[in-house]
Amino acid sequence: MIEDIELETLINDVYEYYGFDFGSYSRASLKRRVNRVFYLDGFKDFPDFLSKVRTDPEYCKRMIDEITVNVTEMFRDPSFYLTLRKEILPLLGTKPFIRIWHAGCSTGEEVYSMAIMLKEAGLLHKSILYATDINTTVLETAKSGIFPLRMIKDYADNYRDSGGQQDFSDYYIANYGFAKFNESLSEKMVFSQHNLVSDTSFNEFDLILCRNVLIYFDNNLQKRVVNLFDDSLAVLGFLALGTKETIKYSISQTKYKQFAKEKIWRKIKE
Amino acid sequence: MEKNKRVTNCKVVIIGGSAGSLQALLQILPFVEKPVSFAIVIVVHRKHSDEQTLESLIALKSKVIVKDVEDKVKLESGYIYIAPSNYHLLFERNETLSLDTSEKINYSRPSIDVSFESAAEIYGDQLVGILLSGSNSDGTVGLKAIQTAGGITVVQNPLSAEMSFMPNNAILHTHPDYILSTDEILEFLKDINKEE
Repeated sequence: MIEDIELETLINDVYEYYGFDFGSYSRASLKRRVNRVFYLDGFKDFPDFLSKVRTDPEYCKRMIDEITVNVTEMFRDPSFYLTLRKEILPLLGTKPFIRIWHAGCSTGEEVYSMAIMLKEAGLLHKSILYATDINTTVLETAKSGIFPLRMIKDYADNYRDSGGQQDFSDYYIANYGFAKFNESLSEKMVFSQHNLVSDTSFNEFDLILCRNVLIYFDNNLQKRVVNLFDDSLAVLGFLALGTKETIKYSISQTKYKQFAKEKIWRKIKE
Repeated sequence: MEKNKRVTNCKVVIIGGSAGSLQALLQILPFVEKPVSFAIVIVVHRKHSDEQTLESLIALKSKVIVKDVEDKVKLESGYIYIAPSNYHLLFERNETLSLDTSEKINYSRPSIDVSFESAAEIYGDQLVGILLSGSNSDGTVGLKAIQTAGGITVVQNPLSAEMSFMPNNAILHTHPDYILSTDEILEFLKDINKEE
């Protein structure tokens, strides 16, 4: 395992040389991730690794891609999607135009899940889905809408558990071990790089989803990011987090009301 | 007990297990009397879709209070914490717990190795690691890390375990300080941090 002091040196150097700030990331997870890429890429001495990161921007990009966690799935936590489908979408459906932000969308599985639900609710035509991540490599996958076929059975189960009643296989074409999702789903998606640590609000949204991203941040950064979401959320808009995340340490509880049992909060005043 | 190595400065007892470990936990936890002078953290393999049933069951059976594990919850002595399904559970220097959804380790999330290694880094010789019944090799690497960091390691006696592979594997590859039946584990827990 790499040493704490080595990790801090790396964090400083990545910030100094490239401007990416990992200083407020939770150390336990970050250390495991850095350790993983250090061994994966065959390094033996930390100084060699550090010098490679400093001098080779391509390698630094690879390292950042590898240390950010990109595990996601379609209709992750079906009961959450059931609540979205049954309770939240009907409320959003009354608006002339629905703006949704998937912050930290990774390879996009949850964005496609949302598009499927919007389509089934007859709302996709008047929606726009912004999907952002710090990692441009995963955004390319997200744009393509191509996911490994071996995952599809689990996704179809999740889809059904989340209240889906269509034939899930109508949404993709299977070929060579991959499933390519229909382009009618991605027409309303806009993908772009956005760093929650350093970038600001760029629009006003009716629903912001940021699931299992805040867990990688320390309390201070969580507070900043939740406030960034607050700045980006319309009154009566919704913020949705991962099943083990909370806003209670980050923002005044008089401003937000938790919706049902899920990790969904509604902004009740400006 | 094999050795007379008293544990007097323990802050955290971390317990790992897989198949058959629930039964072992239910033979131990309900009989642990309050107050306990350390935190108990449980990391067991569980179904992806199991959201709260394990927590509810242990809370129902145990006198020690089960705290809901949310990201960055403070780890305090006197409570039980259970790794949620589909997350790795990690330990931070400021004595909070954090969660991670990265790749499965040993086909498992939560992985026992991940939590044991992380706890060993933070708590060193103030940590006790206990590995229970199970049928895969998760936990062995973690126990080694606990041992290397100066903590105490306990493995459920394979003869008393419903599934002996996990404890056997740990015994084969590490030299645990104790090999105990569930009754003996209970006695061991009662003696932690007790004066002579």
